[in-house]
Amino acid sequence: MESTRSKWLWIAASALILVWTVFPILWIVMLSFKRPGEIGNQKGFLPHAWTFENYRTVFRTDLFTAALVNSIGISLIATFVGVVFATLVAYAIARLEFPGKKAILSFALAIAMFPVVSLVGPLFNLWRDIGLYDTWPGLIIPYISFALPLAIWTLSAFFREIPWEMEQAAQVDGATTWQAFRKVIVPLAAPGVFTAAILTFFFCWNDFVFGISLTSTDNARPVPAALAFFTGESQFEQPTTAICAAAVVVTVPVVVIVLLFQRRIVAGLTSGAVKG
Amino acid sequence: MTAVDTAPAAGRPRAGRVEISDRSRAERRLGLLLSAPAVIVMLLVTAYPLVNALYLSLFSYRLTAPDDRRFVGLANYGTALSDPLFWQDVLTTFVVTFVTVAVELVIGFGLAMVMHRALFARRTVRTAILLPYGIVTVISAFAWKYAFDLQSGFVNGWFGLGDYAWFSGRWSSLFVICLSEIWKTTPFISLLLLAGLAQVPRDLGEAATVDGATAWQRLLRVTIPNMKAAILVAVLFRTLDAWRIFDNVFVMTAGQEKTETFSFLTYRQTITRTAIGLGDAVGVLLFLSVVLIAAVFIRGFRVDLSQVRGDR
Repeated sequence: MESTRSKWLWIAASALILVWTVFPILWIVMLSFKRPGEIGNQKGFLPHAWTFENYRTVFRTDLFTAALVNSIGISLIATFVGVVFATLVAYAIARLEFPGKKAILSFALAIAMFPVVSLVGPLFNLWRDIGLYDTWPGLIIPYISFALPLAIWTLSAFFREIPWEMEQAAQVDGATTWQAFRKVIVPLAAPGVFTAAILTFFFCWNDFVFGISLTSTDNARPVPAALAFFTGESQFEQPTTAICAAAVVVTVPVVVIVLLFQRRIVAGLTSGAVKG
Repeated sequence: MTAVDTAPAAGRPRAGRVEISDRSRAERRLGLLLSAPAVIVMLLVTAYPLVNALYLSLFSYRLTAPDDRRFVGLANYGTALSDPLFWQDVLTTFVVTFVTVAVELVIGFGLAMVMHRALFARRTVRTAILLPYGIVTVISAFAWKYAFDLQSGFVNGWFGLGDYAWFSGRWSSLFVICLSEIWKTTPFISLLLLAGLAQVPRDLGEAATVDGATAWQRLLRVTIPNMKAAILVAVLFRTLDAWRIFDNVFVMTAGQEKTETFSFLTYRQTITRTAIGLGDAVGVLLFLSVVLIAAVFIRGFRVDLSQVRGDR
Protein backbone atom coordinates (compact mmCIF):
# COMPACT_ATOMS: atom_id res chain seq x y z
CA MET A 1 0.00 0.00 0.00
CA GLU A 2 2.40 2.69 -1.14
CA SER A 3 0.98 6.16 -1.06
CA THR A 4 1.81 8.50 -3.94
CA ARG A 5 4.05 10.56 -1.71
CA SER A 6 6.17 7.63 -0.59
CA LYS A 7 6.29 6.36 -4.16
CA TRP A 8 7.85 9.65 -5.24
CA LEU A 9 10.27 9.44 -2.31
CA TRP A 10 11.50 6.06 -3.56
CA ILE A 11 11.90 7.43 -7.07
CA ALA A 12 13.83 10.44 -5.79
CA ALA A 13 16.06 8.14 -3.73
CA SER A 14 16.74 5.97 -6.77
CA ALA A 15 17.64 9.02 -8.85
CA LEU A 16 19.97 10.27 -6.11
CA ILE A 17 21.72 6.89 -6.04
CA LEU A 18 22.22 6.99 -9.79
CA VAL A 19 23.86 10.42 -9.60
CA TRP A 20 26.08 9.45 -6.64
CA THR A 21 27.38 6.24 -8.24
CA VAL A 22 27.77 7.45 -11.82
CA PHE A 23 29.07 10.96 -11.21
CA PRO A 24 32.75 10.18 -10.37
CA ILE A 25 32.94 7.85 -13.37
CA LEU A 26 31.49 10.53 -15.61
CA TRP A 27 34.04 12.98 -14.22
CA ILE A 28 36.95 10.71 -15.17
CA VAL A 29 35.47 10.35 -18.66
CA MET A 30 35.14 14.15 -18.99
CA LEU A 31 38.75 14.67 -17.86
CA SER A 32 39.94 12.11 -20.39
CA PHE A 33 38.47 14.21 -23.20
CA LYS A 34 40.09 17.47 -22.06
CA ARG A 35 43.22 18.83 -23.69
CA PRO A 36 46.24 18.44 -21.33
CA GLY A 37 46.71 22.24 -21.48
CA GLU A 38 43.24 22.80 -20.09
CA ILE A 39 44.30 21.54 -16.66
CA GLY A 40 45.17 24.52 -14.51
CA ASN A 41 43.67 26.99 -16.94
CA GLN A 42 40.01 26.22 -17.52
CA LYS A 43 38.34 24.59 -14.59
CA GLY A 44 34.93 23.05 -14.83
CA PHE A 45 33.24 19.72 -15.26
CA LEU A 46 32.87 19.56 -19.03
CA PRO A 47 35.81 19.72 -21.45
CA HIS A 48 36.33 23.11 -23.04
CA ALA A 49 37.35 21.52 -26.30
CA TRP A 50 36.82 17.79 -26.78
CA THR A 51 39.80 15.73 -27.93
CA PHE A 52 40.92 12.12 -28.39
CA GLU A 53 44.54 13.18 -27.92
CA ASN A 54 44.85 11.52 -24.49
CA TYR A 55 43.73 8.15 -25.80
CA ARG A 56 46.32 8.38 -28.57
CA THR A 57 48.99 9.30 -26.00
CA VAL A 58 48.05 6.43 -23.75
CA PHE A 59 48.14 3.77 -26.44
CA ARG A 60 51.47 5.10 -27.67
CA THR A 61 52.98 4.85 -24.17
CA ASP A 62 54.72 1.51 -23.68
CA LEU A 63 54.36 1.90 -19.92
CA PHE A 64 50.59 1.71 -20.25
CA THR A 65 50.23 -0.87 -23.03
CA ALA A 66 52.64 -3.23 -21.26
CA ALA A 67 50.73 -2.76 -18.01
CA LEU A 68 47.45 -3.43 -19.78
CA VAL A 69 48.76 -6.71 -21.21
CA ASN A 70 50.11 -7.64 -17.75
CA SER A 71 46.83 -6.83 -16.02
CA ILE A 72 44.72 -8.79 -18.49
CA GLY A 73 47.06 -11.80 -18.61
CA ILE A 74 47.72 -12.01 -14.88
CA SER A 75 44.08 -11.46 -13.90
CA LEU A 76 42.74 -14.03 -16.36
CA ILE A 77 45.25 -16.72 -15.38
CA ALA A 78 44.76 -16.08 -11.66
CA THR A 79 40.98 -16.15 -12.12
CA PHE A 80 41.08 -19.42 -14.04
CA VAL A 81 43.36 -21.25 -11.60
CA GLY A 82 41.64 -19.74 -8.56
CA VAL A 83 38.18 -20.74 -9.70
CA VAL A 84 39.32 -24.30 -10.52
CA PHE A 85 40.84 -24.66 -7.04
CA ALA A 86 37.80 -23.10 -5.37
CA THR A 87 35.43 -25.36 -7.32
CA LEU A 88 37.28 -28.46 -6.13
CA VAL A 89 37.16 -27.34 -2.47
CA ALA A 90 33.55 -26.20 -2.67
CA TYR A 91 32.50 -29.50 -4.23
CA ALA A 92 34.28 -31.40 -1.48
CA ILE A 93 32.69 -29.21 1.21
CA ALA A 94 29.19 -29.47 -0.23
CA ARG A 95 29.19 -33.16 -1.05
CA LEU A 96 31.81 -35.12 0.84
CA GLU A 97 32.23 -35.98 4.48
CA PHE A 98 35.81 -35.48 5.61
CA PRO A 99 37.69 -34.10 8.62
CA GLY A 100 38.88 -30.51 8.44
CA LYS A 101 35.90 -29.14 6.54
CA LYS A 102 35.17 -26.47 9.15
CA ALA A 103 38.87 -25.77 9.55
CA ILE A 104 39.17 -25.03 5.82
CA LEU A 105 36.23 -22.62 5.88
CA SER A 106 37.54 -20.85 8.98
CA PHE A 107 41.00 -20.63 7.49
CA ALA A 108 39.61 -19.09 4.30
CA LEU A 109 37.70 -16.59 6.43
CA ALA A 110 40.88 -15.66 8.30
CA ILE A 111 42.70 -15.09 5.00
CA ALA A 112 39.94 -12.76 3.83
CA MET A 113 40.52 -10.58 6.90
CA PHE A 114 44.29 -10.69 6.64
CA PRO A 115 46.13 -7.35 6.39
CA VAL A 116 47.84 -7.90 3.06
CA VAL A 117 50.57 -5.35 3.71
CA SER A 118 51.95 -7.40 6.62
CA LEU A 119 53.00 -10.05 4.12
CA VAL A 120 54.43 -7.81 1.47
CA GLY A 121 57.86 -7.41 3.10
CA PRO A 122 58.52 -11.14 3.58
CA LEU A 123 57.06 -11.98 0.16
CA PHE A 124 59.28 -9.32 -1.40
CA ASN A 125 62.34 -11.08 0.05
CA LEU A 126 61.13 -14.59 -0.68
CA TRP A 127 60.24 -13.76 -4.29
CA ARG A 128 63.66 -12.19 -4.84
CA ASP A 129 65.38 -15.27 -3.44
CA ILE A 130 63.49 -17.73 -5.64
CA GLY A 131 63.31 -15.55 -8.74
CA LEU A 132 59.61 -14.76 -8.72
CA TYR A 133 60.09 -11.03 -8.13
CA ASP A 134 58.79 -8.91 -11.03
CA THR A 135 57.32 -11.89 -12.88
CA TRP A 136 53.73 -12.90 -13.75
CA PRO A 137 53.68 -15.92 -11.41
CA GLY A 138 54.95 -13.63 -8.66
CA LEU A 139 51.62 -11.80 -8.79
CA ILE A 140 49.41 -14.69 -9.89
CA ILE A 141 50.20 -16.76 -6.76
CA PRO A 142 49.23 -14.09 -4.19
CA TYR A 143 46.18 -13.10 -6.24
CA ILE A 144 44.94 -16.70 -6.23
CA SER A 145 45.42 -17.13 -2.51
CA PHE A 146 43.67 -13.89 -1.55
CA ALA A 147 40.82 -14.30 -4.04
CA LEU A 148 40.19 -17.90 -2.97
CA PRO A 149 38.17 -17.16 0.21
CA LEU A 150 35.44 -15.22 -1.59
CA ALA A 151 35.33 -17.81 -4.38
CA ILE A 152 35.17 -20.69 -1.89
CA TRP A 153 32.27 -19.20 0.11
CA THR A 154 30.33 -18.19 -2.96
CA LEU A 155 30.74 -21.62 -4.52
CA SER A 156 30.08 -23.68 -1.42
CA ALA A 157 26.91 -21.68 -0.70
CA PHE A 158 25.92 -22.22 -4.31
CA PHE A 159 26.76 -25.91 -4.52
CA ARG A 160 24.75 -26.65 -1.40
CA GLU A 161 21.64 -25.58 -3.28
CA ILE A 162 22.20 -27.91 -6.22
CA PRO A 163 19.80 -30.88 -6.18
CA TRP A 164 22.51 -33.52 -6.47
CA GLU A 165 19.89 -36.30 -6.45
CA MET A 166 19.17 -35.39 -10.06
CA GLU A 167 22.50 -36.94 -10.95
CA GLN A 168 21.31 -40.34 -9.71
CA ALA A 169 17.93 -39.82 -11.29
CA ALA A 170 19.64 -39.39 -14.65
CA GLN A 171 21.68 -42.53 -14.05
CA VAL A 172 18.58 -44.50 -13.17
CA ASP A 173 17.21 -43.32 -16.49
CA GLY A 174 20.19 -44.89 -18.20
CA ALA A 175 22.76 -42.11 -18.41
CA THR A 176 26.40 -42.98 -17.73
CA THR A 177 28.21 -41.32 -14.81
CA TRP A 178 29.94 -38.94 -17.19
CA GLN A 179 26.73 -38.10 -19.06
CA ALA A 180 24.89 -37.49 -15.81
CA PHE A 181 27.66 -35.18 -14.64
CA ARG A 182 27.96 -33.31 -17.92
CA LYS A 183 24.30 -32.99 -18.84
CA VAL A 184 22.82 -32.51 -15.37
CA ILE A 185 25.40 -31.20 -12.92
CA VAL A 186 27.51 -28.95 -15.15
CA PRO A 187 24.57 -26.82 -16.33
CA LEU A 188 23.39 -26.46 -12.72
CA ALA A 189 26.83 -25.56 -11.38
CA ALA A 190 27.97 -23.32 -14.23
CA PRO A 191 26.21 -20.11 -13.09
CA GLY A 192 27.83 -20.33 -9.65
CA VAL A 193 31.26 -20.99 -11.09
CA PHE A 194 30.79 -18.09 -13.47
CA THR A 195 29.81 -15.75 -10.63
CA ALA A 196 32.86 -16.79 -8.64
CA ALA A 197 34.97 -16.08 -11.72
CA ILE A 198 33.60 -12.52 -12.01
CA LEU A 199 34.28 -11.77 -8.34
CA THR A 200 37.78 -13.25 -8.56
CA PHE A 201 38.52 -11.25 -11.69
CA PHE A 202 37.41 -8.00 -10.02
CA PHE A 203 39.67 -8.77 -7.08
CA CYS A 204 42.74 -9.31 -9.29
CA TRP A 205 41.94 -6.33 -11.52
CA ASN A 206 41.68 -4.07 -8.46
CA ASP A 207 44.88 -5.09 -6.68
CA PHE A 208 47.40 -2.37 -5.93
CA VAL A 209 49.51 -3.41 -2.91
CA PHE A 210 51.05 -6.50 -4.52
CA GLY A 211 51.25 -4.69 -7.86
CA ILE A 212 53.55 -1.97 -6.56
CA SER A 213 55.51 -4.09 -4.09
CA LEU A 214 56.34 -7.21 -6.05
CA THR A 215 57.18 -5.62 -9.41
CA SER A 216 59.80 -3.13 -10.50
CA THR A 217 59.54 -2.90 -14.30
CA ASP A 218 56.83 -3.22 -16.94
CA ASN A 219 57.74 -6.90 -17.00
CA ALA A 220 54.82 -7.61 -14.68
CA ARG A 221 53.54 -4.27 -13.40
CA PRO A 222 49.72 -4.16 -13.61
CA VAL A 223 47.69 -1.07 -14.58
CA PRO A 224 46.78 0.34 -11.11
CA ALA A 225 50.46 0.35 -10.12
CA ALA A 226 51.51 1.82 -13.47
CA LEU A 227 48.93 4.61 -13.10
CA ALA A 228 50.23 5.56 -9.67
CA PHE A 229 53.80 5.75 -10.89
CA PHE A 230 52.82 7.59 -14.05
CA THR A 231 51.88 10.59 -11.89
CA GLY A 232 55.20 10.93 -10.19
CA GLU A 233 57.22 10.79 -13.35
CA SER A 234 56.66 14.08 -15.11
CA GLN A 235 57.14 17.19 -13.05
CA PHE A 236 56.52 19.73 -15.76
CA GLU A 237 53.61 18.41 -17.76
CA GLN A 238 50.37 17.50 -16.03
CA PRO A 239 49.69 13.81 -16.73
CA THR A 240 46.14 14.22 -15.39
CA THR A 241 44.23 13.82 -18.64
CA ALA A 242 46.36 10.90 -19.85
CA ILE A 243 45.90 9.08 -16.53
CA CYS A 244 42.15 9.55 -16.90
CA ALA A 245 42.17 8.17 -20.44
CA ALA A 246 44.04 5.10 -19.17
CA ALA A 247 41.58 4.85 -16.28
CA VAL A 248 38.64 4.89 -18.69
CA VAL A 249 40.25 2.13 -20.76
CA VAL A 250 40.53 -0.21 -17.75
CA THR A 251 37.08 0.77 -16.46
CA VAL A 252 35.23 -0.15 -19.67
CA PRO A 253 35.50 -3.94 -19.16
CA VAL A 254 34.28 -3.54 -15.57
CA VAL A 255 31.25 -1.53 -16.64
CA VAL A 256 30.42 -4.05 -19.36
CA ILE A 257 30.66 -6.96 -16.90
CA VAL A 258 28.48 -5.14 -14.36
CA LEU A 259 25.86 -4.25 -16.98
CA LEU A 260 25.68 -7.79 -18.34
CA PHE A 261 25.90 -9.77 -15.11
CA GLN A 262 24.38 -7.50 -12.46
CA ARG A 263 22.09 -10.23 -11.18
CA ARG A 264 24.88 -12.81 -10.84
CA ILE A 265 27.20 -10.44 -8.98
CA VAL A 266 24.48 -9.52 -6.49
CA ALA A 267 23.69 -13.21 -5.99
CA GLY A 268 27.36 -14.02 -5.55
CA LEU A 269 28.09 -11.29 -3.02
CA THR A 270 25.00 -11.99 -0.95
CA SER A 271 25.02 -15.80 -1.16
CA GLY A 272 27.71 -16.17 1.49
CA ALA A 273 25.73 -14.00 3.85
CA VAL A 274 22.33 -15.62 3.48
CA LYS A 275 21.72 -18.87 5.24
CA GLY A 276 20.35 -21.71 3.17
CA MET B 1 32.71 -39.63 -8.05
CA THR B 2 30.36 -40.45 -5.25
CA ALA B 3 27.32 -40.69 -7.47
CA VAL B 4 25.95 -43.62 -5.53
CA ASP B 5 25.32 -41.56 -2.40
CA THR B 6 21.69 -41.01 -1.84
CA ALA B 7 21.57 -38.11 0.60
CA PRO B 8 23.24 -34.75 0.06
CA ALA B 9 26.10 -34.12 2.45
CA ALA B 10 24.23 -31.67 4.66
CA GLY B 11 21.48 -34.11 5.50
CA ARG B 12 23.70 -37.06 6.23
CA PRO B 13 23.57 -38.34 9.80
CA ARG B 14 26.92 -37.86 11.47
CA ALA B 15 26.38 -39.79 14.67
CA GLY B 16 25.82 -43.49 14.66
CA ARG B 17 28.66 -44.22 12.31
CA VAL B 18 30.70 -46.60 14.33
CA GLU B 19 32.92 -48.25 11.81
CA ILE B 20 34.77 -46.39 9.16
CA SER B 21 34.02 -48.26 6.01
CA ASP B 22 36.21 -48.37 2.93
CA ARG B 23 33.73 -46.13 1.18
CA SER B 24 33.91 -43.37 3.74
CA ARG B 25 37.66 -43.70 3.90
CA ALA B 26 37.81 -43.17 0.15
CA GLU B 27 35.47 -40.22 0.55
CA ARG B 28 37.75 -38.68 3.18
CA ARG B 29 40.74 -39.12 0.95
CA LEU B 30 38.95 -37.55 -2.01
CA GLY B 31 37.77 -34.62 0.13
CA LEU B 32 41.26 -33.88 1.38
CA LEU B 33 42.70 -34.33 -2.09
CA LEU B 34 40.25 -31.85 -3.63
CA SER B 35 40.93 -29.31 -0.88
CA ALA B 36 44.69 -29.67 -1.02
CA PRO B 37 45.58 -27.28 -3.90
CA ALA B 38 43.62 -24.33 -2.47
CA VAL B 39 44.82 -24.88 1.09
CA ILE B 40 48.44 -25.24 -0.01
CA VAL B 41 48.36 -21.99 -2.02
CA MET B 42 46.71 -20.08 0.83
CA LEU B 43 49.26 -21.45 3.33
CA LEU B 44 52.21 -20.76 1.05
CA VAL B 45 51.35 -17.09 0.69
CA THR B 46 50.30 -16.43 4.29
CA ALA B 47 51.78 -18.85 6.84
CA TYR B 48 55.37 -18.88 5.68
CA PRO B 49 55.70 -15.10 5.18
CA LEU B 50 54.01 -14.46 8.51
CA VAL B 51 56.41 -16.75 10.38
CA ASN B 52 59.25 -15.20 8.41
CA ALA B 53 58.08 -11.70 9.40
CA LEU B 54 57.85 -12.74 13.06
CA TYR B 55 61.39 -14.08 12.90
CA LEU B 56 62.94 -11.13 11.05
CA SER B 57 61.17 -8.62 13.27
CA LEU B 58 63.57 -9.73 16.02
CA PHE B 59 66.58 -8.55 14.04
CA SER B 60 68.07 -5.22 13.22
CA TYR B 61 68.23 -5.78 9.50
CA ARG B 62 68.29 -3.52 6.47
CA LEU B 63 68.31 -4.93 2.98
CA THR B 64 70.95 -2.39 1.98
CA ALA B 65 73.32 -3.63 4.71
CA PRO B 66 72.73 -7.39 5.01
CA ASP B 67 76.01 -8.00 6.85
CA ASP B 68 74.98 -5.78 9.75
CA ARG B 69 72.08 -8.06 10.61
CA ARG B 70 71.98 -8.82 14.30
CA PHE B 71 69.52 -10.18 16.83
CA VAL B 72 67.91 -7.43 18.89
CA GLY B 73 65.00 -9.26 20.54
CA LEU B 74 61.92 -7.12 20.89
CA ALA B 75 63.78 -3.85 20.36
CA ASN B 76 62.06 -3.16 17.02
CA TYR B 77 58.69 -3.41 18.71
CA GLY B 78 59.93 -1.01 21.37
CA THR B 79 61.11 1.42 18.71
CA ALA B 80 57.78 1.30 16.89
CA LEU B 81 55.58 1.53 19.96
CA SER B 82 57.52 4.41 21.49
CA ASP B 83 57.52 6.46 18.28
CA PRO B 84 54.87 9.23 18.16
CA LEU B 85 54.67 8.72 14.38
CA PHE B 86 53.42 5.16 14.94
CA TRP B 87 50.62 6.39 17.19
CA GLN B 88 49.81 9.23 14.82
CA ASP B 89 49.38 6.68 12.00
CA VAL B 90 47.26 4.45 14.23
CA LEU B 91 45.07 7.44 15.09
CA THR B 92 44.68 8.35 11.40
CA THR B 93 43.74 4.76 10.60
CA PHE B 94 41.28 4.69 13.47
CA VAL B 95 39.61 7.95 12.39
CA VAL B 96 39.33 6.80 8.77
CA THR B 97 37.95 3.41 9.84
CA PHE B 98 35.45 4.85 12.29
CA VAL B 99 34.17 7.58 9.95
CA THR B 100 33.91 5.44 6.84
CA VAL B 101 32.27 2.48 8.56
CA ALA B 102 29.74 4.70 10.37
CA VAL B 103 28.82 6.67 7.24
CA GLU B 104 28.76 3.55 5.07
CA LEU B 105 26.49 1.75 7.49
CA VAL B 106 23.92 4.55 7.21
CA ILE B 107 24.23 5.06 3.45
CA GLY B 108 24.51 1.33 2.86
CA PHE B 109 21.34 0.72 4.82
CA GLY B 110 19.56 3.35 2.73
CA LEU B 111 20.82 1.75 -0.48
CA ALA B 112 19.72 -1.67 0.72
CA MET B 113 16.24 -0.33 1.54
CA VAL B 114 15.95 1.22 -1.92
CA MET B 115 17.17 -1.99 -3.60
CA HIS B 116 14.77 -4.00 -1.47
CA ARG B 117 11.72 -1.80 -2.00
CA ALA B 118 12.28 0.02 -5.27
CA LEU B 119 9.31 -0.38 -7.57
CA PHE B 120 10.82 1.78 -10.22
CA ALA B 121 13.93 0.90 -12.24
CA ARG B 122 15.00 -1.80 -9.79
CA ARG B 123 17.48 -3.26 -12.26
CA THR B 124 19.00 0.12 -13.05
CA VAL B 125 19.45 0.94 -9.37
CA ARG B 126 21.16 -2.36 -8.64
CA THR B 127 23.44 -1.99 -11.63
CA ALA B 128 24.36 1.56 -10.62
CA ILE B 129 25.16 0.47 -7.08
CA LEU B 130 27.47 -2.25 -8.36
CA LEU B 131 29.50 0.13 -10.52
CA PRO B 132 31.70 1.53 -7.72
CA TYR B 133 32.26 -2.03 -6.47
CA GLY B 134 33.85 -2.94 -9.79
CA ILE B 135 35.88 0.24 -10.26
CA VAL B 136 39.56 -0.07 -9.38
CA THR B 137 40.26 1.67 -6.05
CA VAL B 138 43.22 3.56 -7.51
CA ILE B 139 40.95 4.99 -10.22
CA SER B 140 38.36 6.04 -7.65
CA ALA B 141 41.18 7.75 -5.77
CA PHE B 142 42.25 9.63 -8.91
CA ALA B 143 38.65 10.68 -9.68
CA TRP B 144 38.13 12.21 -6.24
CA LYS B 145 41.63 13.65 -6.08
CA TYR B 146 41.23 15.45 -9.39
CA ALA B 147 37.76 16.68 -8.43
CA PHE B 148 39.18 18.47 -5.36
CA ASP B 149 42.56 19.34 -6.84
CA LEU B 150 43.36 23.04 -7.31
CA GLN B 151 44.65 22.52 -10.84
CA SER B 152 41.98 20.31 -12.32
CA GLY B 153 39.09 20.27 -9.88
CA PHE B 154 35.59 21.65 -10.19
CA VAL B 155 34.58 21.30 -6.53
CA ASN B 156 35.98 24.64 -5.35
CA GLY B 157 34.37 26.41 -8.32
CA TRP B 158 30.98 24.81 -7.72
CA PHE B 159 30.90 25.47 -4.02
CA GLY B 160 32.55 28.89 -4.11
CA LEU B 161 35.58 27.81 -2.08
CA GLY B 162 38.10 29.82 -4.10
CA ASP B 163 41.64 28.58 -3.65
CA TYR B 164 41.01 26.27 -0.72
CA ALA B 165 43.81 23.69 -0.91
CA TRP B 166 42.23 20.42 0.23
CA PHE B 167 45.46 18.45 0.14
CA SER B 168 47.58 20.76 2.26
CA GLY B 169 45.81 20.02 5.51
CA ARG B 170 45.54 16.79 7.45
CA TRP B 171 41.81 16.69 8.06
CA SER B 172 40.75 18.10 4.69
CA SER B 173 42.95 15.49 2.96
CA LEU B 174 41.45 12.77 5.11
CA PHE B 175 37.99 14.07 4.24
CA VAL B 176 38.60 13.48 0.52
CA ILE B 177 40.27 10.12 1.23
CA CYS B 178 37.22 9.05 3.23
CA LEU B 179 34.88 10.22 0.44
CA SER B 180 36.63 8.02 -2.10
CA GLU B 181 36.71 5.07 0.30
CA ILE B 182 33.01 5.50 1.07
CA TRP B 183 32.06 5.79 -2.59
CA LYS B 184 34.00 2.68 -3.54
CA THR B 185 33.02 0.33 -0.71
CA THR B 186 29.45 1.24 0.26
CA PRO B 187 28.05 -1.13 -2.43
CA PHE B 188 29.64 -4.09 -0.66
CA ILE B 189 28.16 -3.24 2.74
CA SER B 190 24.77 -2.47 1.15
CA LEU B 191 24.64 -5.89 -0.52
CA LEU B 192 25.38 -7.64 2.76
CA LEU B 193 22.62 -5.57 4.38
CA LEU B 194 20.27 -6.36 1.51
CA ALA B 195 20.80 -10.04 2.20
CA GLY B 196 19.91 -9.34 5.81
CA LEU B 197 16.80 -7.36 4.87
CA ALA B 198 15.58 -10.22 2.73
CA GLN B 199 15.61 -12.41 5.82
CA VAL B 200 13.29 -10.19 7.84
CA PRO B 201 9.87 -11.85 7.73
CA ARG B 202 7.42 -9.64 5.87
CA ASP B 203 4.42 -10.45 8.03
CA LEU B 204 6.24 -9.08 11.09
CA GLY B 205 6.32 -5.63 9.53
CA GLU B 206 2.73 -5.96 8.39
CA ALA B 207 1.62 -7.00 11.85
CA ALA B 208 3.38 -3.97 13.31
CA THR B 209 1.63 -1.72 10.78
CA VAL B 210 -1.74 -3.16 11.75
CA ASP B 211 -0.87 -2.46 15.38
CA GLY B 212 -0.35 1.18 14.44
CA ALA B 213 3.46 1.39 14.33
CA THR B 214 4.95 4.23 12.31
CA ALA B 215 7.52 3.56 9.60
CA TRP B 216 10.27 4.74 11.95
CA GLN B 217 9.10 2.44 14.77
CA ARG B 218 8.94 -0.48 12.34
CA LEU B 219 12.51 0.21 11.30
CA LEU B 220 13.85 0.46 14.86
CA ARG B 221 11.75 -2.23 16.52
CA VAL B 222 11.22 -4.81 13.78
CA THR B 223 13.62 -4.50 10.87
CA ILE B 224 16.92 -3.72 12.58
CA PRO B 225 16.63 -6.22 15.46
CA ASN B 226 15.77 -8.95 12.97
CA MET B 227 18.82 -8.32 10.83
CA LYS B 228 21.29 -7.72 13.65
CA ALA B 229 23.48 -10.62 12.58
CA ALA B 230 23.79 -9.32 9.02
CA ILE B 231 24.61 -5.82 10.28
CA LEU B 232 27.37 -7.08 12.58
CA VAL B 233 28.90 -9.22 9.86
CA ALA B 234 28.86 -6.29 7.44
CA VAL B 235 30.44 -3.98 10.03
CA LEU B 236 33.12 -6.52 10.91
CA PHE B 237 34.10 -7.02 7.28
CA ARG B 238 34.15 -3.35 6.45
CA THR B 239 36.02 -2.44 9.65
CA LEU B 240 38.83 -4.86 8.87
CA ASP B 241 38.86 -3.71 5.25
CA ALA B 242 39.01 -0.03 6.21
CA TRP B 243 41.68 -0.76 8.82
CA ARG B 244 44.08 -1.78 6.04
CA ILE B 245 43.36 1.30 3.87
CA PHE B 246 46.28 1.92 1.55
CA ASP B 247 45.42 2.61 -2.10
CA ASN B 248 43.49 5.85 -1.57
CA VAL B 249 46.17 7.31 0.70
CA PHE B 250 48.95 6.33 -1.67
CA VAL B 251 47.34 8.05 -4.66
CA MET B 252 45.98 11.16 -2.96
CA THR B 253 48.66 12.25 -0.50
CA ALA B 254 51.35 9.55 -0.45
CA GLY B 255 51.13 9.86 3.34
CA GLN B 256 51.96 13.58 3.37
CA GLU B 257 50.21 16.01 5.72
CA LYS B 258 50.11 13.39 8.49
CA THR B 259 47.72 11.20 6.51
CA GLU B 260 49.91 8.10 6.71
CA THR B 261 48.03 4.98 7.79
CA PHE B 262 49.06 1.77 9.51
CA SER B 263 49.34 -0.15 6.23
CA PHE B 264 51.20 2.70 4.59
CA LEU B 265 53.74 2.83 7.42
CA THR B 266 54.38 -0.90 7.05
CA TYR B 267 54.79 -0.52 3.29
CA ARG B 268 57.13 2.46 3.64
CA GLN B 269 59.37 0.72 6.18
CA THR B 270 59.65 -2.61 4.36
CA ILE B 271 59.51 -1.72 0.66
CA THR B 272 60.57 1.92 0.39
CA ARG B 273 63.12 2.09 3.22
CA THR B 274 63.97 -1.64 3.07
CA ALA B 275 64.24 -1.58 6.87
CA ILE B 276 63.15 -5.21 7.00
CA GLY B 277 63.43 -5.78 10.74
CA LEU B 278 61.55 -2.67 11.83
CA GLY B 279 59.07 -2.91 8.96
CA ASP B 280 58.23 -6.52 9.78
CA ALA B 281 57.71 -5.53 13.41
CA VAL B 282 55.18 -2.90 12.29
CA GLY B 283 53.60 -5.51 9.97
CA VAL B 284 53.28 -7.98 12.84
CA LEU B 285 51.68 -5.24 14.98
CA LEU B 286 49.24 -4.57 12.13
CA PHE B 287 48.42 -8.26 11.97
CA LEU B 288 47.91 -8.42 15.75
CA SER B 289 45.63 -5.37 15.65
CA VAL B 290 43.47 -7.12 13.05
CA VAL B 291 43.30 -10.26 15.20
CA LEU B 292 42.32 -8.08 18.17
CA ILE B 293 39.54 -6.30 16.24
CA ALA B 294 38.21 -9.61 14.91
CA ALA B 295 38.31 -11.12 18.41
CA VAL B 296 36.44 -8.16 19.90
CA PHE B 297 33.72 -8.49 17.28
CA ILE B 298 33.41 -12.25 17.43
CA ARG B 299 33.59 -12.59 21.23
CA GLY B 300 32.26 -9.21 22.30
CA PHE B 301 29.42 -8.74 19.86
CA ARG B 302 28.93 -12.45 19.22
CA VAL B 303 29.06 -12.08 15.46
CA ASP B 304 27.78 -15.33 14.06
CA LEU B 305 30.34 -16.06 11.39
CA SER B 306 28.82 -19.39 10.47
CA GLN B 307 26.29 -17.18 8.71
CA VAL B 308 28.95 -15.75 6.47
CA ARG B 309 30.86 -18.82 5.64
CA GLY B 310 27.67 -20.72 5.16
CA ASP B 311 28.34 -23.82 7.21
CA ARG B 312 25.53 -25.05 9.37
